[in-house]
Amino acid sequence: MSKVTLTHLARLEAEAVHIIREVAAEADKPVMLYSVGKDSAVMLHLAKKAFYPSPPPFALLHVDTTWKFQDMYALRDRAAKEAGMDLLVYQNPEALEKGINPFDHGALHTDMWKTEGLKQALDHYGFDAAFGGARRDEEKSRAKERIFSFRTAQHRWDPKAQRPELWSLYNARKAKGESIRVFPISNWTELDIWQYIHLEGIEIVPLYLSQPRPTVVRDGLILMVDDDRFPLDGETPVLRNIRFRTLGCYPLTGAVESNATTLPEVIQEMLLTSTSERQGRAIDHDQAASMEVKKQQGYF
Amino acid sequence: MTDSSYKTDTLIAADINAYLEAHQHKSLLRFITCGSVDDGKSTLIGRLLYDSKMIFEDQLEQLEADSKKLGTQGDEIDFALLVDGLAAEREQGITIDVAYRFFATDKRKFIVADTPGHEQYTRNMITGASTADLAVILIDARKGILTQTRRHSYLCHLIGIKNIVLAVNKMDLVNYAKETFDQIVEEYGRFAKEIGIENFEALPISGFKGDNITALSTNTPWYSGPTLMHHLETANLEQPHDNQEAFRMPVQWVNRPNLDFRGFCGKIASGQIRPGDEVRILPSGKTSHIDRIVTQDGDLDLAQKDQSVTLTLRDEVDCSRGQIITAAKEPLEVADQFETTLIWMEEEALTPGRAYYLKIGAQTVSATVAEPKYQINVNTLDHSAAKTLDLNSIGVANITTDRAIPFAPYSENRELGGFILIDKITNATVAAGLINFALRRAQNIHWQATDINREHHANLKNQKPVVLWLTGLSGSGKSTIANAVEKKLAQMNRHTFLLDGDNVRHGLNKDLGFTEADRIENIRRVGEVARLMTDAGLIVVTAFISPFRAERDMVRQMMQPGEFIEVFIDTPLNIAEERDVKGLYAKARAGELKNFTGIDSPYETPENPEIKIDTTQMDIESAADKIIQVLLRT
Repeated sequence: MSKVTLTHLARLEAEAVHIIREVAAEADKPVMLYSVGKDSAVMLHLAKKAFYPSPPPFALLHVDTTWKFQDMYALRDRAAKEAGMDLLVYQNPEALEKGINPFDHGALHTDMWKTEGLKQALDHYGFDAAFGGARRDEEKSRAKERIFSFRTAQHRWDPKAQRPELWSLYNARKAKGESIRVFPISNWTELDIWQYIHLEGIEIVPLYLSQPRPTVVRDGLILMVDDDRFPLDGETPVLRNIRFRTLGCYPLTGAVESNATTLPEVIQEMLLTSTSERQGRAIDHDQAASMEVKKQQGYF
Repeated sequence: MTDSSYKTDTLIAADINAYLEAHQHKSLLRFITCGSVDDGKSTLIGRLLYDSKMIFEDQLEQLEADSKKLGTQGDEIDFALLVDGLAAEREQGITIDVAYRFFATDKRKFIVADTPGHEQYTRNMITGASTADLAVILIDARKGILTQTRRHSYLCHLIGIKNIVLAVNKMDLVNYAKETFDQIVEEYGRFAKEIGIENFEALPISGFKGDNITALSTNTPWYSGPTLMHHLETANLEQPHDNQEAFRMPVQWVNRPNLDFRGFCGKIASGQIRPGDEVRILPSGKTSHIDRIVTQDGDLDLAQKDQSVTLTLRDEVDCSRGQIITAAKEPLEVADQFETTLIWMEEEALTPGRAYYLKIGAQTVSATVAEPKYQINVNTLDHSAAKTLDLNSIGVANITTDRAIPFAPYSENRELGGFILIDKITNATVAAGLINFALRRAQNIHWQATDINREHHANLKNQKPVVLWLTGLSGSGKSTIANAVEKKLAQMNRHTFLLDGDNVRHGLNKDLGFTEADRIENIRRVGEVARLMTDAGLIVVTAFISPFRAERDMVRQMMQPGEFIEVFIDTPLNIAEERDVKGLYAKARAGELKNFTGIDSPYETPENPEIKIDTTQMDIESAADKIIQVLLRT
């Protein structure tokens, strides 16, 4: 009866499954936020494992901005169906009515579609716990985030009022109206995510792999012209071999030029590269503490 | 200064598949760094991240810019800025929470809990330590062992970390002097032994300069031990007895997709399990055998500690969330009273007697904490009396749960012996607790809801509550008569309770001696208990010498009018001394017992007792009958 040392991925998987089951057991109405990115893909995969042979006992919620890549919408619908889970898509009606878009409205776009949209969706459906795919290694203020992150009835995150988390004991109790965001893959790094996707054969959006795609360059970011809503300012889209390290709204997500067409090649490039993951996203660039400010306002 | 073994670029570039294959077999080490900002903790972590290539170019650029603006290292890179996270903390220059950092080498992935070192952040340190396999205790070589070094070491030891690394930092500022290092190690060794740390690894390092971090430094030619990174990569994660541990798995979730499948989901807390193994479910005690270990990737032949699994059983036995599946032959203890060590984590202090939620494993129960036995000074390790526990204080207190729970002492298993207390109103996590052992002698304690008053209690019992207070010399026959009275009342379907000098002094009043002050307090407490029992509708029979009139009157005043019946068991001293059933008079005469009633402490005879029993004239049966006659008349 010799004991085998579990690999780091096996330990991370077991931890995440444990967290997901705790929430299912203790929350009244949990939901899994699903953004179709690689972190969401891993989180969904872990949820399926946690409850196999049953489907996960909660729905997937996509807070949509209407500006995601077309490939993302396609995978989203398919993945939910294959998991046997309900897919809820929420679009902020006010943003929809006002035609808020990343080209004309800048920061307001993220604020209304994502930050406000998420709060509205949670209130609308009455969810008291929401799984998110955030990781502690993404950004400095996230290094201190709890796995169970407590939010007031106004969805505010108070960094000073977070509960101590000891061992693997999570306190999921809350008053009516209050909610928790739960991050089962808090302790995973970007490399862990890629290795796990590779090892488990998890389907991801093809945009993570390099292909010739129509692009324009603006403010130093390589942007993909994903549909005909992209306002071209006399520019002619150029076919470039690009892939994406993170996926968000296509007009806000910078691509990298790459020839990595397989997962191992992507990992190889990632390991040899020298820029951190969130740099492809426009929202983080303003100031060092920007994420902390956004979180206090209710951004995931 | 960077060791070539940490440069894996060549392999990554040449054969990514080989690299991935190698890296899928890495293990995981979680460790905590303890020390203050001044000890160079953040700098050390920054250095580890930097040397293991976890810092990207854009982060490095930002770091260089920040170092010029905010840094404390002149023109050099201030690694501390890499890890000081929240904006508020960066301004204050201190780390106030637990931050988790990640890095990896060829051999291991590491999760570092970065926690503040000041005493007011004890809770943060305990939190970070609770998931750590190893602790790095940082010491500033210039300052040597400080109070905080002792505190950090004690807390790591308390929370059960077996691997302790003493990192003597800032060696560059003491000219890499061997004598300084040796002296610190020797002193620490003495202290470690005192608090029960069996062994530790000591290293001379400089986080700022990078000495002995990833490569042995030429500045310390006298040091031939491992580098810090090498030690972290090779530290033994398994406890010696891991292989022999019995199987335990708290049930988190019952999986019922259809009527034919019932799976019990949980993370294995200890041991191993195979299909066919006999298991026992606690606290019910039912047994069955494992049928399958179900996973999405196919059934397993074996599952072990730290894996999250789904088990099916051969028999239809009741098992729900919070119960624990254990090896049938080696079940866990089940108890509802424990001695625990508590670390208080909330601004609002502990209220002894108040009900909190207690979460242990997958179970949440209601629990009350008694007044602490003592508080531990985390700096001196002295014990002191305490009525409560404040934020960041550590104490030992008994806890009573509202139902029996399966557990293991914390020293045996963190998952089965560690718990949190949750405030029932604010839902805040107020304390972390470690079960030391179960208490068996104590009885269940129940707090009465006050909506139901004493009349309700008495009416339900169809009786009038009363206290029969038997007083008299030692050996006068109080206990014997009281016992006879209670037996007769029980036969009459009366609800009674006997409070006896001996049984009360073993529990409630075990802290009291026989001085006059203690005797008064003894009677006062018994009186209060008797009063509560009459509130509960009981007929209380007490048997205490209670030699002082004033105290007997004090108790009389506590009771409702007419509910106190004083019974004087009148036995002359010479007869009581002749009986001397417990041999106490002989001891008192020999001077071995001080303050003995009738010998060197007075007995004040009752002036107007409701009942007087002359034991020289009356046997036990008649005495009991006489008392009951009076009782029935009231």
